[in-house]
Amino acid sequence: MRVPAVLADADVVARRNLTKIKRVPDLLVFTTLQPIMFVLLFSYVFGGAIGSALGGGGSAGEAYREFLMAGIFAQTVIFGATITGSALAEDVKKGIIDRFRSLPMAPSAVLAGRTLSDVVNNVIVLVVMSLTGLAVGWRIRSGFLDAALGYLVLLAFAYAVSWIMAWVGMLVRSPEVFNNASFIVIFPMTFIAITFVPLDTLPGPLQRFAEWNPVSSVTQAAREQFGNVIPGTPEPTAWPLQHAALYTVLWALVILAVFIPLANLQYRRSTSR
Amino acid sequence: MTDAIDATGLVKRYGDVVALDGVDLRVPAGTVVGLLGPNGAGKTTAVRILTTLLRPDAGSATVAGVDVLADPREVRRRIGLSGQYAAVDEYLTGFENLQMIGRLYHLGRPAARERARELLAAFRLEDAADRPARTYSGGMRRRLDLAGALVAKPPVLFLDEPTTGLDPRSRIEMWDVIQGLVASGTTLLLTTQYLEEADVLADTIVVIDHGRVIARGTADELKRQVGGERLEVTVADGDRLADAVQALGGLGVGEVSTEEHRRSLTLPVQGGSAVLVDALRRLDAVGIAVDDVGLRRPTLDDVFLTLTGRPAEDVAQRAEEVA
Ligand SMILES: Nc1ncnc2c1ncn2[C@@H]1O[C@H](COP(=O)(O)OP(=O)(O)OP(=O)(O)O)[C@@H](O)[C@H]1O
Ligand SMILES: [Mg+2]
Repeated sequence: MRVPAVLADADVVARRNLTKIKRVPDLLVFTTLQPIMFVLLFSYVFGGAIGSALGGGGSAGEAYREFLMAGIFAQTVIFGATITGSALAEDVKKGIIDRFRSLPMAPSAVLAGRTLSDVVNNVIVLVVMSLTGLAVGWRIRSGFLDAALGYLVLLAFAYAVSWIMAWVGMLVRSPEVFNNASFIVIFPMTFIAITFVPLDTLPGPLQRFAEWNPVSSVTQAAREQFGNVIPGTPEPTAWPLQHAALYTVLWALVILAVFIPLANLQYRRSTSR
Repeated sequence: MTDAIDATGLVKRYGDVVALDGVDLRVPAGTVVGLLGPNGAGKTTAVRILTTLLRPDAGSATVAGVDVLADPREVRRRIGLSGQYAAVDEYLTGFENLQMIGRLYHLGRPAARERARELLAAFRLEDAADRPARTYSGGMRRRLDLAGALVAKPPVLFLDEPTTGLDPRSRIEMWDVIQGLVASGTTLLLTTQYLEEADVLADTIVVIDHGRVIARGTADELKRQVGGERLEVTVADGDRLADAVQALGGLGVGEVSTEEHRRSLTLPVQGGSAVLVDALRRLDAVGIAVDDVGLRRPTLDDVFLTLTGRPAEDVAQRAEEVA
């Protein structure tokens, strides 16, 4: 099938997905409420303790909020990417995927549309989170282009993660199982990283893991792009963190190369009951 | 005339379960075939294979002249499907559901909208058209799902239990819609648990059980196969059922069967109303009061029960007789 035809179908599917946000706004409220709560809890509960370890100018709390936001962004968009999996599992369960599969549409359009609409979802969430950040004193200290690139890296990485979630969602076919399973994996992934604490506060083995964890590199990349690296913090020694943006993009490309075909294969195989 | 559906030797296994065990099916274009069978017989499995949702382990099929396995996309262009469980998007309105399906059939935006409106009217969903389907009743969802199968006016339609959950009025309206489609040349494969529905709609009936075809033919042919008329008597006093059986001895052409809790007996007969009169006289002679008496011709229900209400060995044996 020609590419424009696939895109046209994907567009129809993506619009359908976004209608759900419109009809059930609570969904968006709750996906953003949790990270907002994290911002507030982390910055005011841990801010003093971790902030003083960070050094930099201003109060400890201010320094930590500056440091924290990129980590929160990274965690939020990755959790946003899990929507892809739970929504697809839901569609399989409800027979919607069967409906799609009986139509003469491009088969790849269902997953393409889903992952695209979840990018839109993540954009909305990033806007809300940025406003929250601004409200607690976070600032972008770089130029417009740098900041835009920062957001782009976050969205690109989350987009890639979406495709992992698509595959898993079609595989487990149950939204409940998917949500529990993804939480168990993603929660540690986003915590054993430099999202919320500086690298040198982690114990040795976890430090190695965090250095190579792409969640760290996407956080580091965003931090750099937003100009939020606290002056005086030690330069990273691990290659992935020295080339955070590059390392993140490489990860994204590998994930896409592996999981786009896998997810599409699973889509063709999937049956509802 | 060419066959709109032509399947040969379809086999599908799920682990140890043999869902389909070599099913052949030929449906001439413009006709309606009713696929009947008890729960778990393999009806849905057959529908899913023919609509490209499932690949068979063996066998081949063409739908509207296109090979289901070789060219599923082309098949999908020519079919409409309403599965056993309504597959509507709960968050979209009825209109949006149908419009989306229209666009995925590549009707183009204006045509998709117009078709959606038409179908909502045809299925009496106009008032609910702009409400999310989440707020629909079960029957409304079912109708919306059926409308979805008709969006592209496909030449071949597959409806898996289309009227399950519909109220009598909706069911009859559904029949009207289906008869209209068939009159305009649509081929239809329909599964149903309502045998009356098969009787009204289907040109031919295929009965499957344990994944095998155990009978096929027109409704009349199948009824004849099960037997002729039967006399049914319900006695007023259940204690006298045995006496009644004795009184009627020799009247019928087969064995009498009784149902104690309904105080009724059934026996196969020949000879029409004369037999009925004779039966009443005999019962009267021994003083048995009668609540209800009548001659019945076999219904499809009888066909169904006779064919499938037996141990598996008998069914298999019957399958051989049919083959
Ligand atoms: N995905 C599956 N996994 C395992 N077994 C299955 C699966 N789908 C169907 N079966 C089995 O295959 C057999 C045929 O099922 P099918 O759904 O085709 O029956 P059916 O005739 O449509 O029944 P019903 O009237 O209850 O809808 C059943 O024994 C069923 O348990
Ligand atoms: Mg079924």
